Amino acid sequence: MTDILRTEELKIYYGQNEAVKGVDLTFTENSVTALIGPSGCGKSTFLRALNRMNDEIPGSRMTGNIWIDGKNINAPDTDVTVLRQNIGMVWQRPNPFYKSIYANIAFGPKYHGVRNKAELDNIVEDSLRKAALWDEVKDRLHTSALSLSGGQQQRLCIARALSVQPKILLLDEPASALDPVSTAKIEETILQLKEQLCIVIVTHNMQQAARISGHTAYFYMGRLVEYDKTEKIFTNPSDPMTQEYISGRFG
Amino acid sequence: MKANHETPPFMKANQETPLLFRKHRAEEWIGRIYTTFCVALLIVIIVSIVYFVASKGVSTFAVNGVSLSGFLFGQNWQPDSDKFGALPFIFGSFVTSLLAAVIASPLSVCAALFMTEITPNWGKKVLQPVVELLAGIPSVVYGFIGLSVLVPFLRSVFPGQGIGVAAGSIVLSIMILPTITSIATDALASLPRNLKEASYGLGATRWQTISGVVIPTVLPSILTGVVLGMARAFGEALAVQMVIGNAPHIPSSLFESASTLTSVITLNMSNTVMGSVQNNALWSMALILLLMTFVFVLVVRLLERRTKI
Amino acid sequence: MSAKLKDRIATFVIIAFSALIIALLVGMLGYILVKGISHIDWHFLTAEPETIKAGGGIGPELFNSVYLLILTLIITIPLGIGAGIYMAEYAKEGRITVSIRLVVEVLSSFPSIVVGLFGLLVLVNTFNFGFSVLSGALVLTIFNMPLMVRVTEQAFRNVPREQKEAGLAMGLSRWKIITSILLPVALPAIITGTILAAGRIFGEAAALLFTAGLTTPKLDFTDWNPTSLHSPINPLRPAETLSVHIWKVNSEGLSPDAAEIAAGSSAVLVLMVLIFNLLARWAGRLLYRKFTSIK
Repeated sequence: MTDILRTEELKIYYGQNEAVKGVDLTFTENSVTALIGPSGCGKSTFLRALNRMNDEIPGSRMTGNIWIDGKNINAPDTDVTVLRQNIGMVWQRPNPFYKSIYANIAFGPKYHGVRNKAELDNIVEDSLRKAALWDEVKDRLHTSALSLSGGQQQRLCIARALSVQPKILLLDEPASALDPVSTAKIEETILQLKEQLCIVIVTHNMQQAARISGHTAYFYMGRLVEYDKTEKIFTNPSDPMTQEYISGRFG
Repeated sequence: MKANHETPPFMKANQETPLLFRKHRAEEWIGRIYTTFCVALLIVIIVSIVYFVASKGVSTFAVNGVSLSGFLFGQNWQPDSDKFGALPFIFGSFVTSLLAAVIASPLSVCAALFMTEITPNWGKKVLQPVVELLAGIPSVVYGFIGLSVLVPFLRSVFPGQGIGVAAGSIVLSIMILPTITSIATDALASLPRNLKEASYGLGATRWQTISGVVIPTVLPSILTGVVLGMARAFGEALAVQMVIGNAPHIPSSLFESASTLTSVITLNMSNTVMGSVQNNALWSMALILLLMTFVFVLVVRLLERRTKI
Repeated sequence: MSAKLKDRIATFVIIAFSALIIALLVGMLGYILVKGISHIDWHFLTAEPETIKAGGGIGPELFNSVYLLILTLIITIPLGIGAGIYMAEYAKEGRITVSIRLVVEVLSSFPSIVVGLFGLLVLVNTFNFGFSVLSGALVLTIFNMPLMVRVTEQAFRNVPREQKEAGLAMGLSRWKIITSILLPVALPAIITGTILAAGRIFGEAAALLFTAGLTTPKLDFTDWNPTSLHSPINPLRPAETLSVHIWKVNSEGLSPDAAEIAAGSSAVLVLMVLIFNLLARWAGRLLYRKFTSIK
């Protein structure tokens, strides 16, 4: 498997506060990596650094390198807009645009110059299929995205992210606001997407991390405590802190 | 993985075109330039208003040699004999707007209490739209009603012709009522619930709660509303001009014809020649109106700062 | 006096004052409508005004008011929305933003007559636009812009932040996000605010005395050449609006039916304001549904 994304000594500050204290992590193609750890451990901040979303927070600062395909994207000359076009992101709370289902998905491709109606239709269908939503919405593509249930909205957001064919997908607790059935569907979707994408997922749910990820990284107080195969982390972690967190969580 | 500066293989989109012409960059520039232009326009407008009004207003004293104290404190407005005392108008403006605030404030506060403390349901459905409509009625219509209803009424009840400071203040008070009411209502509605509950919990009556807890807490906000209302009254022109009588002297009673800064400007601006002393004196009055606006805004700011603490 | 009694009296006073306010509005509206509506007919709404004779109408004035309103909105809307977007989306919190906010506040507090005088000095005389529709519209723009800025800024701030984040993470330019994602959500609130502002513009008179003027040339409604003096759409002709007409009739009206004309004009003006108010409420609700759900 090829490396696609690597961070080097990544430090992130909010004002005076150092939220991420030098993290080195490598992500490979076609994999799912889970970032776990207690609230405030810096895992979400780290995730948002990967597509430079932290830039939008006034007072945030970042040092260190993020290599994507051989280019350091934490460089002043990086075109953040282009970078973000190539990295999808989905949040904890579904945030579909206040538009129709179709318009939500077609928006990105249209912006990137796809004008052909048939091609757009294809992209919409393809993205919705990948997000396992097609069958549920194919008869009402032109109704409001807000009329969907929470779980459907979240899958729509995944489909929207997929519509521009990113190679990397960042998921920030994508299922934590959803019911168990929707969560299961999202997990299923993630497992299927793994075949084509590098997925990084932040989660509070240990079982979820165990079910879907190949590798797991445990964060604590802004540091990366342990990174290994998920199996290893959950059965035989090297670090006692990881052991404590995981067992505490499993209760 | 090594650092190199070739284009990453999967970073597609927007990469073929030269850096400067990339679509999203061009859009970014358009947005920034356009919105900045709009904001800059606001600043240009305010600067030019202040500059032009001030330069005209100051020329009365700088060019025409009218004495500032004679203007501010002189009681005689006789342009034909070179007497430019504007005190009657300054006095008229302050008295009418103060009286208007005095009349409107209790009414407004009661309306706000009605909407928040007594029957919020009814208040929202009936009183709120009423207040909004009052705010929407144009000032000339207030003037017209003042002239055709209020003035005859005052004439029949009180001595004098009905026109005067009383008529002006009453018309103004109705006009500023919505301003004070809406600000007071917002302040009352944003009060934390537990504040009142604590008072009721101690066995206080509604009035004891209102007068002892509610009003003292929102007083700065109510005062903000009163000041904003006064500012509106101070600058209002036509409605007052139509009912105040427009006599250029300090009235000895509320029911005697008087003038305000705005009314004298309204009536005389088109009858005087640009650049004449009399015309410049009117600009000096406009300058007073302008300066008072700044004073009102400043007072509101100070009150708001107190609200926040 | 017992606390209970005091409470009763206070409650009574509050309710009485509130009733008084309602009675005031009902009384005023009733007076205007009762006195005015009997005077409103097709002739009144379309005929030319008379200076000395009875039987004059308000046709040109009504047209001027509407024309001036439309021209003002055409100028104000793009500028006001632009500045509002700057405040909501581009301005960084800091000294500059604080000063711009102060500018907006001061500008909206200037007495209309002072703004009118500024228009007289700069637009009418210096720029030589004369007493004209254009001068009037520009002065009304000065009034209306702060309002539009506030409405727009508030409308944009009320759009959920996640909408913007989603756009940013998709690699859209900020401007594209603003125009294609945020604006459709903010638009209903902006339109409601604009219609309410339109009501205010419609009723404004003090600023127009010195800019749009107190007269209207004889209008020829078959002449649509914008440079001809008698063309209704000539932006450089003087235009007495309905509000200004009410003032003029009341203060210097010579015709025997001046009182009726003032009442009729007031009724028309108030009805227009009422319509603007209702329209704003209705449009806000309708548009919100339209823009956010079915495309």
